[in-house]
Amino acid sequence: MAQLQVQDLHLSFGGLTALNGISLSVELGEIFAIIGPNGAGKTCILNCICRFYHPDQGSVIFENQEILNFPPHKIAGMGIARTFQNIELFQGMTVLDNIKLGAHVHLRSGFLSGGFYWGKARKEEMKLRREVEEQIIDLLEIQAIRKEIVGTLPYGLQKRVELARALAMRPKILLLDEPMAGMNLEETEDMARFILDINEERGVTIVLIEHDMGVVMDISDRIFVLDFGTRIAEGRPEEIQHNEHVINAYLGGSDAAFSKLGL
Amino acid sequence: MPTGLFHTRYEDDEKIFHTLWVRIWMWSFVLFLFLVFPFVASPLSGFFGFSVQHMANMIGIFIIGAHGLNLLTGFTGQISLGHGAFMGVGAFTSAILFMKAGWPFWLSLPAAGFVSAGVGMIFGVPSLRLRGLYLAIATMAAQFIIDYAMRNWTSLTGGSAGFNVDRPSIFGFALDTDLRYYYLILVLAIVSTLFLKNLLRTKTGRAMVAIRDRYLSAEIMGVNLFKYRLLAFGISSFYVGVAGGLFAHYNLVVSDEHFTMWLSIQYLAMVIIGGLGHVLGGIFGTIFMVLLPELLRIPTEILSNIYPNIFAIFGTLRELVFGLVIILFLIFEPDGLAARWHTIRAYWKLWPFSY
Repeated sequence: MAQLQVQDLHLSFGGLTALNGISLSVELGEIFAIIGPNGAGKTCILNCICRFYHPDQGSVIFENQEILNFPPHKIAGMGIARTFQNIELFQGMTVLDNIKLGAHVHLRSGFLSGGFYWGKARKEEMKLRREVEEQIIDLLEIQAIRKEIVGTLPYGLQKRVELARALAMRPKILLLDEPMAGMNLEETEDMARFILDINEERGVTIVLIEHDMGVVMDISDRIFVLDFGTRIAEGRPEEIQHNEHVINAYLGGSDAAFSKLGL
Repeated sequence: MPTGLFHTRYEDDEKIFHTLWVRIWMWSFVLFLFLVFPFVASPLSGFFGFSVQHMANMIGIFIIGAHGLNLLTGFTGQISLGHGAFMGVGAFTSAILFMKAGWPFWLSLPAAGFVSAGVGMIFGVPSLRLRGLYLAIATMAAQFIIDYAMRNWTSLTGGSAGFNVDRPSIFGFALDTDLRYYYLILVLAIVSTLFLKNLLRTKTGRAMVAIRDRYLSAEIMGVNLFKYRLLAFGISSFYVGVAGGLFAHYNLVVSDEHFTMWLSIQYLAMVIIGGLGHVLGGIFGTIFMVLLPELLRIPTEILSNIYPNIFAIFGTLRELVFGLVIILFLIFEPDGLAARWHTIRAYWKLWPFSY
């Protein structure tokens, strides 16, 4: 049984059909990429999975549980974490606080124990701090900015902080929405390295939406191609690169495809 | 000479007061408030022409309330125009339980907090759907409803005349003078400040700030928006409720005229002038708002000695200057006094090599 299964997902906004019967399944521990032209509905799939949108029809099954029955704030506790296309960090908080908030669902202390900083809350906070420092900040190399206010950081670093916050949720599956958008070559390579590290060292399944074909072809195990809310292809990177439908529908003619797909 | 802070343990880095010097300063400040201030208060009163002790007590009471509103508006991003009324709920609760039901003060004061918290949470329910100006209007409805109840529920509240409240005693210690009451207020103000500060560095506070900054992504991170918005209303109203209870027994009379819309707006002014989203903001803002009208009395009285009929021409000169000062503050320091304080501290920390 696949870890995440999306079955026959339909979503429309008024008369506009955003998703038209999407089915996909993501296996435990793989890097699964979703690609497609702008407006194809890639982000809509993620938004349905983490309950931003409620699909008209269909089901999303995560580890044998139908998650469309849960309210949005319960999804995080099940081990589904995500980052956003346009950074959705808490701009007024420090980097450290942003990352700590990611662990919100794993903390047990209430407001009384927190307000008096009693043993339980204090111990929990210290444990969290150690975990955040040693497992996340070290991995993503953001030691120097841990006390900075997020709103003052450059774009590339904010993307990295957002990944850190998602990691603090101790995810089983990580939904990344264009993690490399707007980055230069160096930052892109760093980010690709982080994604591979997370996938290999922690065994976190990764669902990746990305426009940088070089990265997608390099790191993903399987690719799902979407256009106008329908699936047009699915398979290993080599298969996708040579798929007629993909080349025609998505990349627009074979000449353009050769340069874009790196053939 | 220190060139920076180099902690070797996470515990040190998470402390509220980071260095030994800061801790020494804070302890000496607290000791000053406990031991020295009460004795310099009466000579100072002669100099300023108003009771410094009384002013300190009022500041202490309103600091507790301002912390409450700051938690709600400054840290959770939920505006409230009903906090004056919630303070009234606390005041009447403690006064009625103490005077009419014969409860001891150490029970009636927390009860004031809890009843206020309950009322605040009821009127906080719209916050799930409403934000910004719309929530302001919804909470303003709370102000008017409670105001109306306080004035017209005569059997309970004594109507618009209110009723007299005695100074309480706590565990046999009579709080019958301003000075004795001062110690109770001081302890509660310090506890409420520390509670707020601690809350903000643990789970609950982080969730609230996250809701303020971006509630949609907070929800994806697993924050239950409804729970934390209501909790913010509850804790916040608890704070003003306790402040109300303290106020009732200090003022010796409770009536609805103390807890009008004007008080709600004053509370908002306190946290905005002090600095939304800074714990120090509630303290600075309250000191500013309580003290400034009294301090303005001095120059206007001198002025009226020179030009005896100036008040005939400018009847509301003091209020005029008060308004002007607030406007000037908001123009030149929109982030509040607390932000200015941080700038000053950052400047002196590295002086004279501030680069």
